[in-house]
Amino acid sequence: MTHTEMAPPKNDFKIVPTKAIPAVVIVLAGLLFAVATNRLWVLDFFHVVGGGLWTAIDLFLGFVIGPIIGNMSIPARMEFSKKFMPKMLLLMPTLVIMTLAGGWQLARHEGFILASDKHHGWVVASMIVVGVMAVVALGFLEPANLGVLFELKKEHPNGEVIGKLMKRFLYTAGLTGAMQVATLIIMTRIATL
Amino acid sequence: MKNNKFPPVSEISVAILVLVIAGGVYLASHLPSHVSLVPTTILVILAALLVILNVILISRIPNFAWDKFLLVAKWTLLAYGVIAGTLEYIFIKDGTRGSVLLLMTSALVLFAVNLPIHFGFTVARYAE
Repeated sequence: MTHTEMAPPKNDFKIVPTKAIPAVVIVLAGLLFAVATNRLWVLDFFHVVGGGLWTAIDLFLGFVIGPIIGNMSIPARMEFSKKFMPKMLLLMPTLVIMTLAGGWQLARHEGFILASDKHHGWVVASMIVVGVMAVVALGFLEPANLGVLFELKKEHPNGEVIGKLMKRFLYTAGLTGAMQVATLIIMTRIATL
Repeated sequence: MKNNKFPPVSEISVAILVLVIAGGVYLASHLPSHVSLVPTTILVILAALLVILNVILISRIPNFAWDKFLLVAKWTLLAYGVIAGTLEYIFIKDGTRGSVLLLMTSALVLFAVNLPIHFGFTVARYAE
């Protein structure tokens, strides 16, 4: 479908939901407090809350929302994207930094990063999984997200460009969802060793 | 310019991301004990060269949408600069010093510089 076949959608949405920025600042300030004070409970809170939400959102997006969007018409996808993707732009990087910073400090606090520790191999495995997910998310998923949003802002969005970028977004969301299964296995293993 | 005539800036950006993350994971998985810095140094130097190559490639694109590129790049730099800064603070707080800190800092700077180029280019290539 070409852009000439679609009715021009309303493009009066914000790419970055600025109203949510104070919430991100509060979370980051809390994270820095957790790192500065090195309190076990606070670090655990940031790691578990951030990681739990990150994993759940990736799985839900990859295996539930993704296939639904994949079967929508291009105009319906555009409508959904305008409301959904700006939120992801702030939410996901915040959850990722919460999880990684909290997790790293937690592993250091508990001695899991020491090569002699029984958890070390699993911690390294989790770093590799997170590394692959970071390449997929930052290399493919996030640029596709931004590309769709800027295309939707145009007076006459190109349906072909949106379709192509949305396909990339959905495939990579599915891939990170699948990789989150590995994260669940690793984290539950670390917790029970 | 047709979309498929653009230089492989996105592909190079993904390669930079792989190099920086691989170097970071290698180093982080060996901390705090002594570790050879050679593998990470090679990866970081390669990544730096690719960032320079990407800047040269973009600067040579005729009629490039610099306004869109800079709009996206500056906000991405701010966002990922904060993330890289947070990670840098953690490494300093944990007592990382000397060559290891220098290498980690270099990797974080390349990470924070590469993403604005990558995101900005992705948006600018589809600009009208």
